[in-house]
Amino acid sequence: MMRVFLTILTRDLILAMRRRTDVLTALFFFLIVVSLFPLAIGAEKATLRFIAPGVIWVAALLASLLALERLFSDDYADGSLEQMLLIPQPMVIIVLAKISAHWLLTGLPLTLIAPLIGVQYHLVSAEQWIMVLALLLGTPVLSLIGAIGAALTLGLRGGGVLVALLILPLYIPVLVYGAGAVAKTMAGVSDISAYFELLGAFLILALVLSPWATAAALRVSSE
Amino acid sequence: MQINWFKYSAPINFYPLAGKMIMPFAVLAGLLIGVGLYWGFALTPDVLSDQKQYYRIIYPHVASAWMSMWLYIVMVGWAVIGLVFNTRLSFMMAAATAPTGALFTFIALATGAIWGKTSWGTWWDWDPRLTSELILLFLYVGYMALQSAIEDTRRSDRASAILAIVGLVCVPVIFWSINCPDPNQCASLHQQSSLKMVESNILTGMLLTAVGFWMYSFVVIFMRVRRIILERERQAKWVSELPEVKAGL
Repeated sequence: MMRVFLTILTRDLILAMRRRTDVLTALFFFLIVVSLFPLAIGAEKATLRFIAPGVIWVAALLASLLALERLFSDDYADGSLEQMLLIPQPMVIIVLAKISAHWLLTGLPLTLIAPLIGVQYHLVSAEQWIMVLALLLGTPVLSLIGAIGAALTLGLRGGGVLVALLILPLYIPVLVYGAGAVAKTMAGVSDISAYFELLGAFLILALVLSPWATAAALRVSSE
Repeated sequence: MQINWFKYSAPINFYPLAGKMIMPFAVLAGLLIGVGLYWGFALTPDVLSDQKQYYRIIYPHVASAWMSMWLYIVMVGWAVIGLVFNTRLSFMMAAATAPTGALFTFIALATGAIWGKTSWGTWWDWDPRLTSELILLFLYVGYMALQSAIEDTRRSDRASAILAIVGLVCVPVIFWSINCPDPNQCASLHQQSSLKMVESNILTGMLLTAVGFWMYSFVVIFMRVRRIILERERQAKWVSELPEVKAGL
């Protein structure tokens, strides 16, 4: 089973490396959205610091949403998804591998580039670290929940907008605690471990339930 | 005696049964809502603690809020039964339940906003209960959007069923996450559920209205499911032999 996981993971990573623009699009989308806010609201330092956690998290949500479409659609279009459904190993493992690859290509770069945005928003380094940690725990949950939506809307006309409608409400807990952790640090609260514990709990819950629901949804969608 | 549990899971048997049940439930609904609202508007005190007449919006408000949550559970129940037993009718029931659930969610939000404006001085507050009711509305809308976006009924039924179940799993998590991210900031305008403290007089009106709304849900869901059956089974011979279909042709 581990071998299936690794095979799918490396395959997806190689495929993505051959089409690098796809990966970069979501990342630059994130950067652009975040850069729009100072222009719209005004570049006052106090204001920027105040809105930073919320803006960065909402932009991360949207960027990961944008990238969801390619999670299964290419495999669905060329028929390899059907082949994957037929192999004897559990579909849950394959789904988990695909989600992991997806996170490595969207969630992780986004997390790594976040400090740069933190600088734009005048965050100090302690706050940066908290933000990176929160994103590190939160973005996998976004990929995991999003995979369910991507699987349900596979091959539908206007699937991209539909996915947003289905998935964004489910992103709320991650948004609340992810942005909350950063906001609390900035407000001077030193002990914010509860936020990380809860984000970790979401991650574990999503890790257990989401591949299972995604696999069921994929079976429904490719019947 | 052998009971055939699945007799009424066949659309051909359920269609006439649903038709027969519409009338009694409609009478019950009219009666209960009428009595409940009359009770609430005429037989209860004019002042409730610090609130005057305007607190009477509580009857439609609480009743529709209860129904909005209950109908989501009913919808997920039908979705699960459909996925487990592979019965088409269960999916049709789930699909027929969603619009009514969404309607009650909307009524609960609207009456709440009106009440909030008079009582709190604001239409809306980002309070846990209000926010989770709003998210419930989003879940209903998402369900209906997915259902109507997929042409193939078998796939649309199953996909939306999975979505409804995922939504139900997420609801408690969402509720607790907006409920108290920080104990110091837990000042919510909406009071906690306090049924035990409500005067029995007011409670009677509330319960009668709620049961009346429930009966109303039966009526519209049966009407809607009959329409869905006709739509999906239009190729079946029994449908074309129905007197109402023949008359329409």
